[in-house]
Amino acid sequence: MKPTNIADPEYFHKVVDCQYACPAHTPVPEYIRLIAQKKYTEAYMINWESNVFPGILGRTCDRPCEPACRRGRVEEEPVAICRLKRVAADNKEEVKHLMPEIPLIKNGKRIALIGGGPASLTVARDLAPLGYEMDLYDEWHAGGGMMRTQIPAFRLPIEVLEEEVDYILDMGITTHFNHYVSSMKETLEKDYDAIFVGTGAPKGRNLNIPGREEGDANIHIGIEWLAGVAFEHITSIGKKVIVLGGGNTAMDCCRTSRRLGGTEVKVVVRSPFKTMKASPWEIEDAIEEDIPILNNMPPKEFVIEDGRLKGVIFTKVRAEYDENGRRSLIPTGEPDEFIEADDVIIAIGQDNAFPWIERDIGLEFGKWDLPVLDEVTFQSTLPHVFFGGDAAFGPENVITAVAHGHQAAISIDHFCQGKSVHERLDPMTNLVSQKMGIHEWMYDAPVVDDLRYKVPHEDKRITLADRHVEVELGFDQSLGFKEAQRCLNCDVQTVFNTSRCIECDACMDICPTSCITFTKNGDEDDLRTRLSAPAENKTQDLYVSDLLPTSRVMVKDEDVCLHCGLCAERCPTAAWDMQLFFYNVTKASSGCLTPVV
Amino acid sequence: MSYIKPTFIHPGLEKNAVGYLKREYEGAISTLCAGCGHDSISTAIVQACYEMNIEPHHLAKLSGIGCSSKTPTYFMSNSHGFNSVHGRMPSIATGANLANRDLIYLGISGDGDTASIGMGQFVHVIRRNLNMTYVVMNNGCYGLTKGQDSATADFGSISKAGGGTATPFQAIDLVGLGIELNATFVARSFSGDKTQLIPLLKAAMSHPGFAFIDVISPCVTFNNNRGSTKSYDYVRDHIAITGGLDFVPRQEEISIDYESGSDKTVELFDGSRINLRKLADDWDPTDRYSAINKLQDSKRSGQILTGLIYIDPESRDLHDILNTVDKPLNKLDEDDLWPGDGALESLNAGFR
Repeated sequence: MKPTNIADPEYFHKVVDCQYACPAHTPVPEYIRLIAQKKYTEAYMINWESNVFPGILGRTCDRPCEPACRRGRVEEEPVAICRLKRVAADNKEEVKHLMPEIPLIKNGKRIALIGGGPASLTVARDLAPLGYEMDLYDEWHAGGGMMRTQIPAFRLPIEVLEEEVDYILDMGITTHFNHYVSSMKETLEKDYDAIFVGTGAPKGRNLNIPGREEGDANIHIGIEWLAGVAFEHITSIGKKVIVLGGGNTAMDCCRTSRRLGGTEVKVVVRSPFKTMKASPWEIEDAIEEDIPILNNMPPKEFVIEDGRLKGVIFTKVRAEYDENGRRSLIPTGEPDEFIEADDVIIAIGQDNAFPWIERDIGLEFGKWDLPVLDEVTFQSTLPHVFFGGDAAFGPENVITAVAHGHQAAISIDHFCQGKSVHERLDPMTNLVSQKMGIHEWMYDAPVVDDLRYKVPHEDKRITLADRHVEVELGFDQSLGFKEAQRCLNCDVQTVFNTSRCIECDACMDICPTSCITFTKNGDEDDLRTRLSAPAENKTQDLYVSDLLPTSRVMVKDEDVCLHCGLCAERCPTAAWDMQLFFYNVTKASSGCLTPVV
Repeated sequence: MSYIKPTFIHPGLEKNAVGYLKREYEGAISTLCAGCGHDSISTAIVQACYEMNIEPHHLAKLSGIGCSSKTPTYFMSNSHGFNSVHGRMPSIATGANLANRDLIYLGISGDGDTASIGMGQFVHVIRRNLNMTYVVMNNGCYGLTKGQDSATADFGSISKAGGGTATPFQAIDLVGLGIELNATFVARSFSGDKTQLIPLLKAAMSHPGFAFIDVISPCVTFNNNRGSTKSYDYVRDHIAITGGLDFVPRQEEISIDYESGSDKTVELFDGSRINLRKLADDWDPTDRYSAINKLQDSKRSGQILTGLIYIDPESRDLHDILNTVDKPLNKLDEDDLWPGDGALESLNAGFR
């Protein structure tokens, strides 16, 4: 193999599994260390700069970082990254003075933001410090978008939502609430310098099976129903409730039903339990609230009696997979099952909808009726119209919408300043030795054995009685510290200097997880079989040195490296060094923020 | 500084045939200087014992005094151990071995512990052909007392402690001495070459009798400088290898397909074998005369000869020589030791 080019920041970025997996590339280990040092405000600001909604995401994020966490490869469970973020948000002090100042003299450019959700708010946050004037339009009476309408208050208290939405709206954004934008053509006529569309995926999927129309009074579309609850148009539901669907919206619907009077709430999914789309922890919480999840039962018919919904008939299937892994649901031949219900909630997915964008204005639409966009710049075929969030490439999640918002903001800024939107600045990176003494490091190198700590929950009798009571209490400072200590500090990189190595083998001998080998070079597949321990996880790179005096190379399998620093401690010549790697995606307003680290 | 090794191990590592992970053969984190050759030897011992499926409680590690003699703390935590008086490890090993012949005895010593204060004990344990492996971690200096030259420091070698002056005395060559005293297994190796050291350790631990391995082990702190003949660089530049070596334990004999081209196979008493590859033409490791010649030749040409240098396949260990019973002496009970009047009478009757 060729020697690894560690001058390319993407190599070490990939070693920080959590940060690499995060769509916004939040510097996770950095803020976890700050939490362990009780520097909650600093931890919050690192998050805020990167993901804009630390308090919201610390409760509701889809956490792509956690399945990626290295800890999950050396023991049972990853670090509770998401809930640690909440620790920072819960314990921070006043932060507003740390946020960028908004210039009183504007730069003369006007931007329209359509939709008040996470994508638009991110664009607003990134552009306001640069002096842009922004008009934000939303059909609801307040900002937050789906974070307000679709995430129930028992998962995300309204104060937390409003605090973080207001940080942005207070930056001098002109809001036009209760204002449904019904025509793109009209908006174009308002002569904005740029328009950002962050309208999400607002259309809940319907289920057209017999009885749907007749039972309409008691059959609800998941996201619409949740919005109705959020705005208190809906305050009750029948005792017996069936929720159709296996995603996170279904979990929110069934748990909300339990709080509005549903005593016998069931979730029914058409496919096997293990293929449910909902996050495992959401499923766990639903089961915890006595909600059974029945699987392999597609709905066949709504049963109506005397003009009123009586229940649903389900067929029974099993899943079979062909050689391409494509699934088909085969009827088992068992008799259909009737389940009684006073109300049914359909939560089987959501779609984009752009009925308000005229199709003759030069804005092209492509596959699945989604706008044609540049994947990096989020620019549409109308050069001054940009998209982001679920409105761009279909339903994803809040953290993806934030990542889109950052990139779209850069594009809008470049566009308005007459620069090429395709010009993107490199991320801000830094690599600093952590050596303090012969055997001392600036980071907490020892690896603790603690298993993942559970987040304490409020008593079920209290939470089920009031939908506003938050279920999760969050880690307190002491639990937060213990959980933070589980982080392996993957951003403290093992950096190898070939010219200093005397090939004493000390690093190879001490490595607790057998990551390091000195051997003859070979191609990657061959090398992977010849190491101190088999390197079977090909998603993780091999770090290969230049040729050493004995014609061997140092090969380090990054897979299960604990970043404990023992290789560097046992190295007599400091050929190994532990160096803190900082990687931060450049934002439009990066220059306006004082870096925290 | 870290004193605790993380408990996590690579999830892909497997247990050996007797059900132990390699981790269970390891010891505490070394407190020797970073980069010490001794730590590599400890790792080689761990690897050899793991691969040989030795149950840790079936091995006793014994040592004297010195950096080398500290190392038993850093490997095989679950084995028996005895840290003896300076240079007196052979006496303890002899006593322990006579009391319990069932254990594998691994003696760890250094150049001071063996070639100076312990020389008297060393030569006598060779004479007795005690069944043990005797490893000298040889760095040519007294590392624990700030690096003064030891008796194995080569003539002309420069160490840090000497302030740049060359050693004026001739070195004791423990390998030559061992062969001269009729040791039955003599080898030399280098801490930086585990591919050679591990099979040598395995062969030594299987050898019935005294197996001596002199391992050159650079002292990174006091003797890894330019001008030293025991530095990593000097040894790598001057190393000569007697030949490749594979140790084939008895239980694998049927299943292993021997590599063709083995020039010589030495069969050990227990049925295991040592396959030697690409031997020099003028050398036969089972012939003491040839081994001494080879050793002197390489010395004259300034080379450090490593590998298996001499082995006596007919070796008879101390228990064999003394004709002791098969049962370990410490397990003999009153019935064994005092068979009673009847036995005495029949013994006496034999003399009538």
